[in-house]
Amino acid sequence: MAVREITYREALKEAMREEMLRDETVFLIGEDIADPHGGSYKVTAGLSTEFGLDRVIQTPISEQGFIGTAVGAALIGRRPIAEILYIDFCTMAMDQIVNQAAKIRYMSGGQAKVPLVIRTQGGMGRSSAAQHAQSLEAWFVHTPGLLVAMPSTPYDAKGLLKTAIRLDDPVIFIEHKLLYNTKGPVPEEEYTIPFGVADVKREGRDCTVVATSRTVLMTLAAAETLEREGISVEVVDPRTLFPLDVDTIVASVKKTSRLVVVHEAVERCGFGAEVVAQVAEKAYGYVDAPIVRVCAPSVPAPFARQLEDYVMVDEKKIADKVRRLVRGEI
Amino acid sequence: MNAKNADTTVETPPEDLTREQLLGMYRRMRLIRGFEDTAKERFEAGEIAGFLHLSQGQEAVPVGVCSALGPRDYITSTHRGHGDVIAKGCEVKRMFAELYGRATGYCKGKGGSMHIADFSQGIIGATGIVSGSLPTSVGIGLGIKQRGGDEVVVCFFGDGATAEGGFHEALNLASLWQVPVIFVCQNNLYGLSQPWEKTAYKCDLVARVATYHIPGECVDGMDVIAVHRAARRAVERARSGGGPGFIEAKTYRFLGHYVGDPALYMPAEEREAWRKRDAIVKLRGQLLAWGYLTEAEDEAMGAEVAAELQAGVEYAKASPLAAPETALEELYVHFDYLGNPR
Repeated sequence: MAVREITYREALKEAMREEMLRDETVFLIGEDIADPHGGSYKVTAGLSTEFGLDRVIQTPISEQGFIGTAVGAALIGRRPIAEILYIDFCTMAMDQIVNQAAKIRYMSGGQAKVPLVIRTQGGMGRSSAAQHAQSLEAWFVHTPGLLVAMPSTPYDAKGLLKTAIRLDDPVIFIEHKLLYNTKGPVPEEEYTIPFGVADVKREGRDCTVVATSRTVLMTLAAAETLEREGISVEVVDPRTLFPLDVDTIVASVKKTSRLVVVHEAVERCGFGAEVVAQVAEKAYGYVDAPIVRVCAPSVPAPFARQLEDYVMVDEKKIADKVRRLVRGEI
Repeated sequence: MNAKNADTTVETPPEDLTREQLLGMYRRMRLIRGFEDTAKERFEAGEIAGFLHLSQGQEAVPVGVCSALGPRDYITSTHRGHGDVIAKGCEVKRMFAELYGRATGYCKGKGGSMHIADFSQGIIGATGIVSGSLPTSVGIGLGIKQRGGDEVVVCFFGDGATAEGGFHEALNLASLWQVPVIFVCQNNLYGLSQPWEKTAYKCDLVARVATYHIPGECVDGMDVIAVHRAARRAVERARSGGGPGFIEAKTYRFLGHYVGDPALYMPAEEREAWRKRDAIVKLRGQLLAWGYLTEAEDEAMGAEVAAELQAGVEYAKASPLAAPETALEELYVHFDYLGNPR
């Protein structure tokens, strides 16, 4: 297969473009997405020029309105990809996401299908402060009726987004503002990635680290450092938080007998808590050390760089935690 | 029904509606009233669980509107939606089955009174979140427009929704995109226990909606013919590409917000005055005066409606309960509730 290096941003755009060419019911809707602006993070740049403003519908600042519009269109068989600029703004559309999109199929006794994708982005690292830097994925994982994807690489971003667009269930597709410029290998040929299949990003013997989104990259860097110290880390990226590939995580923990869970979101009741609970239940007796998390402390994201750095997960914090765990210091 | 309560304006029979159409509307209104009276009785007898938000008094609005729709048109509804979905075509037996938690109910016992849907008839569900259906209705309208269809969407909601943000966002987008959505406000004068006149400073919905450049009219919601005519105008305009429309139907909720609500906030004189304006009584008087209905035919229709309701309750009670484990089904198309691929 021919493979080239492209950015996470380009990978996402390719996924949308290919699916728009393949299926005329696919359309984009959201704020700032049309040319010449082409998206707040330029992910949709060029698509309105190629497909026209009927298929790339730029909206006023009206999250409840346009997310509801996307839900309604999906209910009669259209395939909207709605974009919420920052995951923080999903609060303005939570009724449509949680009470409508997630529930209609179930409460209609299976009559409805909601082939909806909501793309959004979260995460710290740009001094965006408390209302533009959250990681709210746990809210959606906690809501029955939604699927949640959180890709860490260009390859995963493209393959998962294509799958999301083809599914008949509502998907919350969470990108990271500091991943758009990252590069990685992506095949020229078409491919998709199924939901519910984790990817072991690095194999290792001493400790399993389950990480999501940008913290996968941080963990891989930490694993390099630790390898030189003689600590072998296995990095598991769930890729979709629901469905969650518990089997791959459990198999890894049974092999390494240690588990660290990493995410940017605040610790309390974060996605990591679910991973820990699953492992406690399914790999009890195989774990030889405390199960620990590396997350943001449960405070809002602060503005000033030194404050944000203090709370934000990074490579060093991950390496320190794994090192101490493997050395029996925790 | 007691004819002496009728506040009937006897005119000549309308030229735009046939006898059959009018009798059909009358029967449908009686069926809705009977369904809700029966549901209330069965609820109070302890046979039905949950909440019942009833709409006795409002029947002319959904019947007047839905009689202007075709089978491919869509409606969305609310927690107080029994009348809306019966008016669009739901069968009372499958509605009773839903209220009784049976496998044969429209939603197989998962939705209940507040969420009855029949996608095969364009009944895209009822939401229990006030104003929740307004933005989704815009989306149905947008989808129709995208595929070049000539269907329309009617979005039913109450006056309570008009103070929600979703109302304003939906009107703005419907107007911006000129989608074929008719917003029908059933103004029954109460949102929960809050009287309409305490909802906004100088309430004038048609004027408010006009600021979004959406044409609207205010009609007597106790006059099914007036409602029907307003709906027909809005439907024709929307169907021919004229964009969204708005109808405020002034009506009244004879009972409280839910069964069990003593409704102490609704003054007795007010309730009495509106009861005297019962839309079903009004239409009955008109039909008798126009020679479209005899007393005997009226009685026969009443017996037929009662039999349909009785049969509906029996169908529900004879149907199997939704099996407990079906609570785990039909959450996703592609996965089971645990996320395993199907």
